[in-house]
Amino acid sequence: MADWRPSAAPARPHRARLNALLREFMADRGLLEVETPVLSRGAPLDPGVESWRAQAPDGAAGYLQTSPEYPMKRLLAAGAGDIYQLARVFRGEEQGPRHNPEFSLLEWYRLGFDDRRLADELVALVQTVAARGPDWFRPRPGVRRVRYADLFLDALGLDPLRCSARDCAAVAEGAGLSIAGDLDRDGWLDALMALVLAPGFEPDRLILVQDYPESQAVLARASNEHPGYALRFELYWGDMELANGFHELTDPGVFAARRELDIERRRRNGQEIPAADGLFAQAMHAGLPDCAGVALGVDRLLMRLIGAERIDGVIDFPWGRA
Amino acid sequence: MASYSTNEFRSGLKILLDGDPQTIVENEFVKPGKGQAFNRVRVRNLRTGRVLEKTFKSGETVEAADVMDTEMQYLYTDGEFWHFMVPDTFEQYAVGQTALGDAAQWLKDQDFCTVTLWNGEPLTVIPPNFVELKIVQCDPGVRGDTAQGGTKPATLETGAVVKVPLFVEEGETVKVDTRSGEYVSRV
Repeated sequence: MADWRPSAAPARPHRARLNALLREFMADRGLLEVETPVLSRGAPLDPGVESWRAQAPDGAAGYLQTSPEYPMKRLLAAGAGDIYQLARVFRGEEQGPRHNPEFSLLEWYRLGFDDRRLADELVALVQTVAARGPDWFRPRPGVRRVRYADLFLDALGLDPLRCSARDCAAVAEGAGLSIAGDLDRDGWLDALMALVLAPGFEPDRLILVQDYPESQAVLARASNEHPGYALRFELYWGDMELANGFHELTDPGVFAARRELDIERRRRNGQEIPAADGLFAQAMHAGLPDCAGVALGVDRLLMRLIGAERIDGVIDFPWGRA
Repeated sequence: MASYSTNEFRSGLKILLDGDPQTIVENEFVKPGKGQAFNRVRVRNLRTGRVLEKTFKSGETVEAADVMDTEMQYLYTDGEFWHFMVPDTFEQYAVGQTALGDAAQWLKDQDFCTVTLWNGEPLTVIPPNFVELKIVQCDPGVRGDTAQGGTKPATLETGAVVKVPLFVEEGETVKVDTRSGEYVSRV
């Protein structure tokens, strides 16, 4: 029997304080808080995230959002300007020490920013907020920036664009990691990132990993400077992934091509193919302004700020007792 | 054959890995935000007791190990095998030295043990948490000698040696915790 009582009482005032500070930071910089539907008629096809399906009493199907990205981009395409949202999102069967299927994202978009500039703002936000909490942990000042390719080359001797799945498996084996199940190259790169590289990140440091392979671009635009890579970044605090951002893809042709690839990958993996969000596709055709966007996991940021080891420590009623 | 998907993984689940029955000790979900999900598990080999770490691509399935815990009564040993019986069915099982392991030193006729069966074959034997056994040999207590916490070794009727307080004498029956191998009380 699950316990009826909340699991995160000590974290509760910290969460309230954090939410207020995040909103203050956004307001100070002139971003407008927006709200978009949690329940949507279409879902992203990206094989890396699975949507929860919802069903109306009359049988009509919908999806709970995995992030507010699509409707926020529709707002951008309609001229909304710099916007942010503190949103509840839902993802697949994600449950573990750092995962709860329902969690909070702070997502924001900046017109005319590129990924570098937005990453700077993200780092500034984490540093500013950490300094203003009641005796919260703070990351060391500044940030270590590393390109995805250099991270793999320096630490593992792997070139992420040229290595084969077998090369990755050999390197993993050497690091004491063997994995049951077939993985393609990107699957192996994910494994090495999550299970070998990130665990070695300095614990009190912010680490900004930039320029992900284009095969993992999702909705980031391709890099002109580094062919085969995309303008996507992730922020880590120690070994914990906190945020993911893009210099946003605006080309509807590239978007359509990537969506076909996603469907193909889903088919290959035996994953369900949800109804696509046609309205988002229309907005992409109408024209997304040049912008950069990022989503920050608020629960995980709170875990780091107060030194909680498990996500249950910052969510009062995690899925096991929701 | 029954099988489990990684999303059914939880501690205590018995799975077949590398040809051996193993129990999941710990299961951790690991996933980059936009990437492949993994389950990192620690498993204990039920045959050898070895613990090792294994990572699965989430969504993989593994065969279930046909492992069952059964309460059985210990009957006797013929020197090579230890014989147990399921009280309800009178079904008997012969357990070899390897499967019996350390349990041997606590076994007294009629006692109830948990015998783990794998494909119907005894895999391990867990003795009762507490057993009452007679001391067959120990030195007389030396009064005033408390330098070593006031204990002395005593050999029990099953051959086990436990530390007992100085006031306990040969021929007495003592209660022992088999999990720690420690003396609990006089009976």
